[in-house]
Amino acid sequence: MNSTIIKLAAQALLGRRRFWLLLAFPVLLIALTVTVAALTDAEAAWPLLPGLGYPVVLPLVAVLAASSVLGPEVDDGSIVYLLSKPVSRHSVALSKWVVAWAATMLAGALPLYVSALVAGGGDRALAAGLAAVVAGTTYSALFLAVSAVTRHAVIVSLLFVLIWEGLLGNLLSGVAWLSVAQWGLRIGHEISTELPDPTNLPWAIAASLVVTVGGVWFAGDRLRSFTLRGED
Amino acid sequence: MSGPESTLVLESVSRWFGNVVAVNDVSLTIGPGVTGLLGPNGAGKTTLMAMMTGFLAPSAGTVTLDGEPVWRHTEAYRRIGLVPERELSFGYLTGRQFVRANADLHRLPDASAATERILGVVDMVEPAGRRMDTYSKGMRQRIKIAAALVHDPAVLMLDEPFNGVDPRQRMHLMDLLRRLGDEGRTVLFSSHILEEVERLARHIEVVVSGRHAASGDFGAIRRLMTDRPVKYAITSSDDRALAALLIAQPSVRAVRLRPDGGLDVQVDDLGSFAVGLPRWARTADLSLYDLSPSDESLESVFAYLVAR
Repeated sequence: MNSTIIKLAAQALLGRRRFWLLLAFPVLLIALTVTVAALTDAEAAWPLLPGLGYPVVLPLVAVLAASSVLGPEVDDGSIVYLLSKPVSRHSVALSKWVVAWAATMLAGALPLYVSALVAGGGDRALAAGLAAVVAGTTYSALFLAVSAVTRHAVIVSLLFVLIWEGLLGNLLSGVAWLSVAQWGLRIGHEISTELPDPTNLPWAIAASLVVTVGGVWFAGDRLRSFTLRGED
Repeated sequence: MSGPESTLVLESVSRWFGNVVAVNDVSLTIGPGVTGLLGPNGAGKTTLMAMMTGFLAPSAGTVTLDGEPVWRHTEAYRRIGLVPERELSFGYLTGRQFVRANADLHRLPDASAATERILGVVDMVEPAGRRMDTYSKGMRQRIKIAAALVHDPAVLMLDEPFNGVDPRQRMHLMDLLRRLGDEGRTVLFSSHILEEVERLARHIEVVVSGRHAASGDFGAIRRLMTDRPVKYAITSSDDRALAALLIAQPSVRAVRLRPDGGLDVQVDDLGSFAVGLPRWARTADLSLYDLSPSDESLESVFAYLVAR
């Protein structure tokens, strides 16, 4: 890991307009939860978490964070300024991921946990928070890898979330075995049985670990092969 | 410069993208001093530079720096300073912060002192506190050079460093690069502008259509160029009479009457033609109104060099 790259990535993330979008989603989630809880009762606000916070806000925040730390620099080629240094490309990828992960935790997992506390708290909130930490961690690594592969990382990542995890995940129960969100829920289920139990625990832990480590490693490997091409 | 001198060697390097050959069997040795990589746009200079800086794998052949391959060898960047053509997207940083970040990435023992030293070298101490998105093109180039030099590399490679830089800044940059070459660094820059290369480079490598077309000092390249057939457009008081006169001269290869008036003349021996033309015209009592080279573009010069 390289502290200079972490610092630069954090500055890049904070300096982009996307950052405000990144903040808008969790603020909206907490505001909605607070409003519903205030107008009715805390229990009535809970469905916002499995309906909106966990399946939409968390992956969206991870997509925005991961694509912001790597995507634009790969797109415009300015990452060459970082890569023309005696720093391992895997270290560059790991440092970028740390920033994307921290942003996903702060703007995704933490607000989700806060909303869960507003919507009743207890074990259920802790379980939702844990699920968000696990899924947010995995998403950020997966989307970082996507950012290292394609210029259309945001679209590809969103399609994965909406079509694979959202649409197909609801229609086909088998998709749960290959769904980041479901792995997180299964791990959270250990704390509160109110969270679903879509796969088995060892699989959920192993799959989350493999995708996280593999995603960061793959991003680094892609950077090792980063190619500059001119107009000729 | 702190370390020993470095040499970059390309041996039978080719690079193709699908069916398109961008660089075709190029062998070069680039040693200390300033070398210009000259070629028209689209000649393969950027592809060559990318391979020389470790940002593109050759499809065939090898690129080595002091005997070690450059591709996928991040340690080579301890000896290389790279100034890409790409614009900086770190506009939110000040010049000083950017150069300092580069020093930190090299883990220099005294990054702060190295940053200030190099800002002085490129004459950017005063504006270094400003955000880079407020800089002129010339200032951005100098900051990019400072960032590339902060670790005191033996090799400096610059891709089209003078593009969009105003004449005064260009002079300043040229002085700087000349000085770096005189210090014993291997300085390589690419350009498609003959005059830039002529003024700066001691040694020139010419690339055309992905091939290595010529190599040598500027005098040798210039001689190759002046030996080539040159085309002129001439208008006179009697174009037909002048055409008849010219075609009889051994230094003239071809003459064509232009439909809109005037002549196109292709000249083999520029020296004899330049001396003879006023005399021939005077003898035949003809007045010359206009004489201008019609194919002085660099592309035509390159095309000639390749055809040799």
